[in-house]
Amino acid sequence: MEIKWAMAIDLDRCTGCGACVVACVAENNIPVVGEAEVEKGRLMQWIRVARYWEGEHPEAQAVYLPVPCMQCERAPCETVCPVYATYHNEDGLNAMVYNRCVGTRYCGNNCPYSVRVFNWFDHKWEKPLDEQLSPDLTTRSRGVMEKCTFCIQRIRRAKETAAAEGREIRDGEAVPACVQTCPPGALLFGNVADPHSEIARKLKDPRRFRLMEHLGTEPRVVYLKRLKGAGR
Amino acid sequence: MNGSDHLSRTDPGALYRELSRSNLPVTKKWWLGMGLLAILALWGIGCFVYMMKTGMGVTGLNRPVMWGSFITSFVFWIGLSHSGTLISAILRLTNATWRAPILRGAEALTAFTLMVGGLFPLIHIGRNWRFYYMIPYPNSRQLWPNLRSPLMWDAVAINTYLLGSLTFLYFGMIPDLAIARDHATGWRKKFYTVLALGFRGSHNEWRRYHVASTIFAILIIPVAVSVHSIVGWDFAMAKVPGWHSTIFAPYFVTGAIFSGIAAVVIVMATLRKVFRLERVLTVVQFENLGKLLCMMSLLWGYFYFSDFLTVWYNRNPEEWEVFRSYAGDFLPLFLVMILCNFVVSFPLLCMRRVRRSIPALSFVSLLVVIGMYAERFLIVVPSLARRNDPFIWHDYFPSWVEFSIMAGALALFLLLYTIFTKLFPIMAISDIQEHLFHTSDRKIGGVTVESIAMPHDTGKGGHG
Repeated sequence: MEIKWAMAIDLDRCTGCGACVVACVAENNIPVVGEAEVEKGRLMQWIRVARYWEGEHPEAQAVYLPVPCMQCERAPCETVCPVYATYHNEDGLNAMVYNRCVGTRYCGNNCPYSVRVFNWFDHKWEKPLDEQLSPDLTTRSRGVMEKCTFCIQRIRRAKETAAAEGREIRDGEAVPACVQTCPPGALLFGNVADPHSEIARKLKDPRRFRLMEHLGTEPRVVYLKRLKGAGR
Repeated sequence: MNGSDHLSRTDPGALYRELSRSNLPVTKKWWLGMGLLAILALWGIGCFVYMMKTGMGVTGLNRPVMWGSFITSFVFWIGLSHSGTLISAILRLTNATWRAPILRGAEALTAFTLMVGGLFPLIHIGRNWRFYYMIPYPNSRQLWPNLRSPLMWDAVAINTYLLGSLTFLYFGMIPDLAIARDHATGWRKKFYTVLALGFRGSHNEWRRYHVASTIFAILIIPVAVSVHSIVGWDFAMAKVPGWHSTIFAPYFVTGAIFSGIAAVVIVMATLRKVFRLERVLTVVQFENLGKLLCMMSLLWGYFYFSDFLTVWYNRNPEEWEVFRSYAGDFLPLFLVMILCNFVVSFPLLCMRRVRRSIPALSFVSLLVVIGMYAERFLIVVPSLARRNDPFIWHDYFPSWVEFSIMAGALALFLLLYTIFTKLFPIMAISDIQEHLFHTSDRKIGGVTVESIAMPHDTGKGGHG
């Protein structure tokens, strides 16, 4: 079966709680850089919950927009990398090979969503925090770019399990950490090439739109427009 | 070539001695200057090593401003390189008679600014120790570099230009090295004997030399134009508001030639003063360079205006935010750029008095160089600092490490250039001699003027 991973983000459900960010940090060995570095704009998180204000005070209302990597079909970051450190994989995902990266940061500039983060330093996990590192993926050294992978290690594991059992991968078997965690269920992940998957149905929602669609990047992340209040 | 009698018409050794004062034995002052430059350059190198060991976090860079002062310096230095070889080639082809004294100095300027500019991408990348991943060679990764990336175009263009410029510089120097060989003593004689490649100045050798130098001059012009076009495309190809503009290639070339001519003026004024070349580098050369500078200022102003006008009229919010920031946090730099590049320098350059005064012209050139650095910074940084998503907007200011490396690069350039002037004939002796053959000094009343005994024949290739 052909695989086309996609994510749907229902802005009607998002409460801006940030649980997805925490789950992502825990799952992907993302360093916590501390307040001073965050102040300098060096947050390492792979998903951010952007907050905008709608309306004027006192009626101002917060609007939350979770922004992971869009996994663009026509990814601007891929063409500009001189060393193929970022490439399109067989599932249509926009993957990173950390060992190839030389750190030109051109991909980071060319990403209109600015979801790529750079390792400005080598990061350390003080004891006993190193115990929480996931063995399924590496930590990254200074000087390389990194970004959301749709939790590729989980996708791989699900695929391997399915292959070992001699069957196709089931809907909902591969779930990124953010999707698994989201308390109001605003995030949904799945294979859109499978017409019976939940995501394929969800993407028929008339509220659907993509971020900066006019740029022609064809993102794999689809948003569902907010019509009611935050968290319904 | 003005005024008093020239020994050189009868004695080529005298001409060599006059034009190669830079090759005199070194003095204490020379060592002192070189020592200071070396310390500054070493400090820059030390800071670079510190940055490499610690991480790019010691700079002021952040997300979204992933490119900062190093890329600005890269564009700036490569820009400075654009006048030397280009001017020299164009002047050779158009047979401009005033060109001879500025050829060598300008060509050397190109070679060394390129060397220094070419270092910046390597300084800038996050894993400098893996820079060779960008070189195409059969490797254990079984991977060819990605030639769709403008960075690879850049690497190819700059390497081509550097090799071309070095060849052009060396080739143009061969007859002078032969003169130097004939008149030098000691180790210099051995040195020049090897480098002169046995050039004796026979008719046949000169004929070939002229044909080859014409071919070189014709070939190097498109290379020079393509190099800064490609540097412009590093930005124009990107999906970044403010960068993605079709005007960037010609605009970058114009800016490069503009800053390059200013650099040539400064270098020439310095050489003239330090090596007492007043008789050769005359007001004629400076006035002509001043005219070129004046025209480039106008052209730069036009390009800037066109770029600004289309964005202003269109009011595409993404692009307009970038331009709006020029009136906000980037206002001081914007003013420096506009004043130095156009508002102050253009009217000054229109004045004959300014063009004919070497200190005044040098001052205007210095303004232009500063203005062009500001321009490069304003191209690189605000577009990133105000990109598509306002939630991640962030400002940028270079750290002390970046300032140290930039200062070290300047020191390294001066160091290389000074060593070059010490080792090689910095004036194109044979071209000047050729010019002298065509002229004689005539006394009219109390003054001696240069009179041309025979008009240069034109249209016959390079050297007239």
